[in-house]
Amino acid sequence: MTLKERNGARAAFERAAQIPPADRYVLRLYVTGMTPRSARAVKNLQAICDEYLEGRYDLEVVDIYQQPVLVKGEQIIAAPTLVKKLPLPMRRIIGDMSNRDRVLLGLDLVRSSDQHGGGGGGG
Amino acid sequence: MEKQKSEGVGVLPGLPRGRELAKTLTGIRGLDEITRGGLPKGRPTLVCGGPGSGKTLLAITFLVNGAVHFDEPGVLMTFEENAEEIASDVVSLGFDLPELIKAQKLAVDYVRVERSEIEETGEYDLEGLFVRLDYAIRSVGAKRVVLDTIESLFAGLKDDAILRAELRRLFRWLKDKGVTAVITGERGEGQLTKQGLEEYVSDAVILLDHRVHDQVSTRRLRVVKYRGSHHGTNEYPFLIDGSGIGVLPVSSLALQHEAPLERVSSGVEHLDGMLSGKGYYRGSTILVSGTAGTGKTSLAAHFLDAACRRGERCLCFLFEESPQQLLRNMRSIGIDLEPWVAGGLLQFHADRPSRYGLETHLVTMHQVVADFRPTVVVLDPVTNLMTVGTYADVQAMLTRMIDHLKTENITAMLTSLTPGQTDIERTETTISSLMDTWIVLANDEIGGEHRRGLYVLKSRGMAHSNELREFVLTDHGLNLFDAASHGTPDDSRHGARKGRDRHAVV
Repeated sequence: MTLKERNGARAAFERAAQIPPADRYVLRLYVTGMTPRSARAVKNLQAICDEYLEGRYDLEVVDIYQQPVLVKGEQIIAAPTLVKKLPLPMRRIIGDMSNRDRVLLGLDLVRSSDQHGGGGGGG
Repeated sequence: MEKQKSEGVGVLPGLPRGRELAKTLTGIRGLDEITRGGLPKGRPTLVCGGPGSGKTLLAITFLVNGAVHFDEPGVLMTFEENAEEIASDVVSLGFDLPELIKAQKLAVDYVRVERSEIEETGEYDLEGLFVRLDYAIRSVGAKRVVLDTIESLFAGLKDDAILRAELRRLFRWLKDKGVTAVITGERGEGQLTKQGLEEYVSDAVILLDHRVHDQVSTRRLRVVKYRGSHHGTNEYPFLIDGSGIGVLPVSSLALQHEAPLERVSSGVEHLDGMLSGKGYYRGSTILVSGTAGTGKTSLAAHFLDAACRRGERCLCFLFEESPQQLLRNMRSIGIDLEPWVAGGLLQFHADRPSRYGLETHLVTMHQVVADFRPTVVVLDPVTNLMTVGTYADVQAMLTRMIDHLKTENITAMLTSLTPGQTDIERTETTISSLMDTWIVLANDEIGGEHRRGLYVLKSRGMAHSNELREFVLTDHGLNLFDAASHGTPDDSRHGARKGRDRHAVV
């Protein structure tokens, strides 16, 4: 899965290289190894990125058990946590990403006023 | 046979019957006494209190003492201030956090939770926090951990149910790690902490309080709970000064003073006579009460003078007069204390009561006593302390002071000003039960003349005179008239005594 993930990320990165940097999303997802919740977060996020950010995102998945120093440096508390490093403002999106509307809100892909039409977050 | 014998004892090795839990010394003056050896080892302790009550300072002192004095490295996980801010907060107490960090005796992790940056999108846990804590503990080999103030998480994250479950897991995890942890919590309405953290920390709870009475602040500490251990349950005054945090009493809590039989002169021959001929007991506490101008300070001066003549070191706390005033006034009745001051036997310590709170007074007195090592201490007048606290506060403070002096076998004399005709016994009842000897001075106006009388209201452990004696203040001191049976110099004065007897009953 990691390999596939990375390939996807690289492909996304390569595609992203062709568009202006201002629009590009740099995302880092912190998960706890291979737990079901981690897998769910990756899957949900991947689907959102594919749908909304195709070709303009760079996603790195980090296992917090392997990178404790990074976890401290990035001020990670919860897992899973998605850090939207770019575009600014930086934001932390925590949880298994099952509430799609909230993820979109966190990624600034919808405005909070749009959210009401979206209904309950499906996973 | 032997096997049976060992079974009969029925005690696990290393766990003798009746032994208390293993404890970890905090190194904080007084706190280790109240808790009989410190915080429960390998378990979390909750320290709660309002803003500015000294929670963080107590927690950091616990860590720094561990690192510096007990070879127990520590981890500080802070949620409110970053490492630099914390370090500069405690530098005035002589704590060098950067140095301890450099020496690998301390690890600090500042956890920043900013709600506006966070979007919650489903299930999560606080594993990130666990990873950081685990990493910090392993990086220094920590035995002590402080979480200050973990409740901040509730402000940053919305899902209370997840937070509560995770906190429960965190405290369990800390126990499994075997670290002695201090968790601070903000005082809440109707419960000890805002988020009811006391539910999760079941081993020990310490409550800090910071009250302001008449614009004077008093800090107190109480051990609310300490599972499996005896502990002092009172509120103890504590203070934060240049050397950190300290809790009083620093001496024993039990009534285990020695009761010496040695007697010391009051400095007034006839008064000694009233006290079964020998004066006060050494190490006892004497209250001298009376309305204004009855000669309380004069009686104290006689006592000081006599002690200095015996070569004893005397300490006199003044809450009303300056030492110069007292020296001048006493010289006028023929008691010259100046040579004793010059010779280093007598020391004055004058402070306005309102200068600081009772607990600071108490600590100052403790320190001065510890520095000077007197055998006689005079407090003149203790009633002035009532302007800084309630009667109960003053009583609590004096109890601790007297307790300390008794432990040190110091003879103490307290003077007490009885306010006018009203409310005569009020101040006295507050403190009289602490006193071994109580001498009452009274003024009376008989036939257009002001007359002074003295009687011993009580004196524990000796047959004392019950008579009301008249005295005069002369240029060679306090002159007590002889008892009637021994002949009175003036019959008219003798007649006045009965009138004063009535007065004393009022």
